[in-house]
Amino acid sequence: MRVALEGLCRSFPGVRAVQDVSLDYEPGRLYALVGENGAGKSTLMHLLYGMLPPDAGRILVDGRPVRLAGSQDAIRLGIGMVHQHFMLVDTLTAAENVVLGAEPGRWGRLDREAARAAVRADGERFGLAVDPDAPLESLSVGEAQRVEILKVLYRGASFLIFDEPTGVLTPQEARGLFAILRRLRDEGKTVVLISHKLDEVLAVAETIDVMRRGRHVGRLAREEADAERLARMMVGREVLLRVEKPPAAPGPPVLEARGLGLARRPGRAELADVSFTLRRGEVLGIAGVEGNGQRELAALVTGLLRPDAGELRLDGRSLAGLTPRRARDLGIRHVPEDRQRTGLVLDMSLRENLILGEEGGPAAGRAGVILPGRVATLARRRVSEYDVRVADTRQSARSLSGGNQQKLVLARELDGDPRLLVACHPTRGVDVGAIEYIHRTLLAKRARGLAVLLFSSELSELLALSDRIGVLYRGRLTAVLDADAVDEETLGLYITGARGVERA
Amino acid sequence: MPSPRWRRALSAAGEAVWPPAAALGLSFAIGAAIVAAIDENPLRVLPLIFAPGLGSADGFARVLFDATPLILTGLSVAYAFRAGLFNIGGEGQLYAGAFLAAWTALALPGLPRPVALPLAVLAAAAGGALWGAIPGWLKARFGVHEVINTIMMNFLAVGLTGWLLERFLQEPGQMIPHTPEIPAAYQLQPFAQGPGGAWLGLDRANPLGASLLVALAAAVAVGLVFRRGVEGYRLRAVGLSPAAARYGGIGVGGVTVRAMAVSGALAGLVGVHEVLLYRHRFLDNFSSGLGFLGIAVALMGKNHPLGIVLAALLFGFLNTGALEIDIFTQVPRELVVVLQALIILLVVSFGELALWRRRRRRREEAA
Amino acid sequence: MIGLLLGTLRTATPLLFAGLGGMFSERGGVVNIALEGILLVGAFAAAATAYYSGSPWLGVVAAVAAGTGLAALHALVSLRFRVDQIVSGVALNMLAMGATEFLMWIFFGSGSNSPRLDSPGLPGAAGRLPVELPPLTLLALLAVPASSWLLFRSRFGLRLRAVGEHPEAADSLGLPVHRLQLYGVLLSGALAGAGGAFLSLNAHYFVKNMSAGRGFIALAALIFGKWRPAGVLGATLLFGFAESLQGHLDLPWLPVRMVQLLPYLLTMVALVGVIGRCRAPAAVGRLFVKD
Repeated sequence: MRVALEGLCRSFPGVRAVQDVSLDYEPGRLYALVGENGAGKSTLMHLLYGMLPPDAGRILVDGRPVRLAGSQDAIRLGIGMVHQHFMLVDTLTAAENVVLGAEPGRWGRLDREAARAAVRADGERFGLAVDPDAPLESLSVGEAQRVEILKVLYRGASFLIFDEPTGVLTPQEARGLFAILRRLRDEGKTVVLISHKLDEVLAVAETIDVMRRGRHVGRLAREEADAERLARMMVGREVLLRVEKPPAAPGPPVLEARGLGLARRPGRAELADVSFTLRRGEVLGIAGVEGNGQRELAALVTGLLRPDAGELRLDGRSLAGLTPRRARDLGIRHVPEDRQRTGLVLDMSLRENLILGEEGGPAAGRAGVILPGRVATLARRRVSEYDVRVADTRQSARSLSGGNQQKLVLARELDGDPRLLVACHPTRGVDVGAIEYIHRTLLAKRARGLAVLLFSSELSELLALSDRIGVLYRGRLTAVLDADAVDEETLGLYITGARGVERA
Repeated sequence: MPSPRWRRALSAAGEAVWPPAAALGLSFAIGAAIVAAIDENPLRVLPLIFAPGLGSADGFARVLFDATPLILTGLSVAYAFRAGLFNIGGEGQLYAGAFLAAWTALALPGLPRPVALPLAVLAAAAGGALWGAIPGWLKARFGVHEVINTIMMNFLAVGLTGWLLERFLQEPGQMIPHTPEIPAAYQLQPFAQGPGGAWLGLDRANPLGASLLVALAAAVAVGLVFRRGVEGYRLRAVGLSPAAARYGGIGVGGVTVRAMAVSGALAGLVGVHEVLLYRHRFLDNFSSGLGFLGIAVALMGKNHPLGIVLAALLFGFLNTGALEIDIFTQVPRELVVVLQALIILLVVSFGELALWRRRRRRREEAA
Repeated sequence: MIGLLLGTLRTATPLLFAGLGGMFSERGGVVNIALEGILLVGAFAAAATAYYSGSPWLGVVAAVAAGTGLAALHALVSLRFRVDQIVSGVALNMLAMGATEFLMWIFFGSGSNSPRLDSPGLPGAAGRLPVELPPLTLLALLAVPASSWLLFRSRFGLRLRAVGEHPEAADSLGLPVHRLQLYGVLLSGALAGAGGAFLSLNAHYFVKNMSAGRGFIALAALIFGKWRPAGVLGATLLFGFAESLQGHLDLPWLPVRMVQLLPYLLTMVALVGVIGRCRAPAAVGRLFVKD
């Protein structure tokens, strides 16, 4: 089926997410849609999938204009979406997830056998084998993604949208996904891949559309495209893809971990025998696929969890019984990975967020009372020092963009020359300009002696900022490498356990 | 450009007022319909609700008297709610406070007044604090949701205090079990019996007394903590985002327990009103839903101390009005209970609607 | 001994009805604190209807209708008006208390209890039953496997469970989230209403504030029973046992009053023991809002 978008527009409060976008899609081809975070790619596809109504413009399927009142309509037309954040129900089985909403069965009964059969059949046809009776929570990320794809195929989709599918996959798993995408294309489906990862897009797409600030700025064939050209179209200016990093001059050890261990518990990865040393003025990056222990390691260092084995020392002093409050007092600061849930209190003002953690201290007031004047001064200073673009510090944190929110967190955590910063995915969901700023700020603090424990899923970010890179695989530190001595491909091998793990 | 500060404050005040006002209006309209349905004249019945309170100083004083415990239970609910906690246990906490106050008074009869009175007040607060801290601790330590626990504690409190009363403190041979009268050193006398009584225009039997001052002082204190206190900040952070508060270093468990304890203490202070002032003894089963009405008062007052005082006043009017209706008409006084419930339901519904409209308006402004 | 067993089943009946009802509501993601109020209005509706019509079974029907009505109000206020589900539940409980107190005067002319009522019986079959088991109790017991089928083997049940765990996922598949939640809440009202009918009709009187916290105990039973029909049955039997113990326990050192408190205490203990070992429907209490 041919799908055409004509003059689509969609706004949200304060933001014109999609402005006058017109595109044409032919069957049996593999398209990519690229753009920065916030460029409008996801919104555009949500319009196409019927999850949002457009403010203006129309959608045509095989030449006929269609009105999508909800995703049911899109599904009926044969449009399917594989979401970035899986829309799967953990407590149901794979087959139940696939058929949910279109269940086989009569008189209200659920026909489990038919569901299983359908899952097996599609799985074989498209190379997406999965055990129909497996409860979803037991599946790996790659397998869960296959269930997402099966969901879409079960409903007879011929136009498939993939929204940032490789975010949680390793480079090797991603290659497996690309094989599936090609297979789907070969079977005559239209595939649209939304991504901000240019290397992947260039590896698999035939036609590439670029969006910037809600507008469609160009369509290139694969042959005409390369990373620099695409990046320039996405950002509109020369992009510094890599920030200047002065050579390392590490000082005495700040943080020492010896044999850290954490027992396995539901919802938590385990850690075993993790040992490393972090020095003053050094950035130690920790690479690993989500779920291998990075979150848990960060929680140990910041006092959110207690280790079941081993110890941590800060400047030689033991950190037993560490709590987040005590960690703070000792100079350990934390930029958490989910700024909206754990980094900021969104419904508080910027001022109030900036004193979180110090609300009882002299910076905010005296004798159990908060002095608004003092808080206001503090807020103004930090906001200007850390480039948080805002008119009034009394605004709520919710009103800020992702990049500004992240800078706000940094302003709170980095102010006052802490000894150690634990930064978790500091540039996730942040626009390119803010990424540049954050990287420069981190490196500047590093030059002044800050020790940084950096967790990131962006291998390029780890390579750009780290002096050394540790690899967490299944809860063990399988390697600590010199950042200058590795590249992304090699790191990919380490984080999937293809290298670094002793084989018996 | 945001509009000038005074204009924003005025419009914010207007927005805060219209939902409760509309809720009141609609509730009374429904009330009128109910009255008409049972063959009574609403125009005669409904004004009777407000007649006693607005008619004389004595009447208004009675309204204030009825409002006093509601101010305290309303503050109790609002304080816990600030930290995101639903304290439905005001009923049990006030029983615990009242009982402890009575027991203290009866157990230490020889103390002089300057020591006795503050001690009893403290005991009331402590009893309520204990009763609130238990579910608070269960939540902090085990993650058990406080709603069911506080409700269970209500039943436990009534049962326990009743049993303790029977076993240890009861004045023998009474129809409704109660303790003996507390020693004079612990008693608070109504204003009417003092020098200012006649001057204020109060009837000799008017029960209004110093418990009102305690309640108002509590309201001021809570307001200060909310606005300027470090603890108030912590309550708010935990209430808005416990995850972020925890990551930022705030001890969420400690805040939870403290919030429930203070909340309970506020409810416990009702003991000052009931035991020290009004009855001078502890009566089994004395409360008729004061704890639950506290929830209504807090919701209506938008969890703000000033709003709570005003809402308590309204419910005070309704309570005195109920008696008036009962005496002078065929309409059962329970009509007022229905009205009270309707008011809460409508207040929260209209409150949410107002929130929608504000959000939608902001969206349209921004686009 | 038989007496204790029968007593347990009888005291468990309203808890079971309410617990199963609460299960359907919470499986869909909606907390229903108003179960207490629903039991109460159900009890009253049954009493009033049975008294004035002479037919106890008509009273049961009225109770189911009244319960569904109050539940519909809960759905309206919390799903449509987006009021917090707990606040809505508490407000509705107060409304139920006030309304039944008021209507008691109007219908029965008394503020404390109704005239004597007849309990619903099975015409003709009563003599053939080996034990004296109230029909409503049988109904409640039958409701357990029926609920199990509905929840785990039907399409509606699958969709309801999905909505309570991950409403965004259900929505992305085009499922009408709020409508499904509404059905769950209405079902809870119908079931709890029947429980209320049992309360008044089988005790032969409607008494002011008759529910006495049973709605909340039913919620605890729901949690204890891990949101599964069989679990709810087990938990309500346990709580029913504790309550019926009152009539049988006659120890000098254990005052009656304290035994009366046992269900409440047990509830609190149950809640502590259960947390962490199981999981509520992941999205329960959180309102799903479409952008």
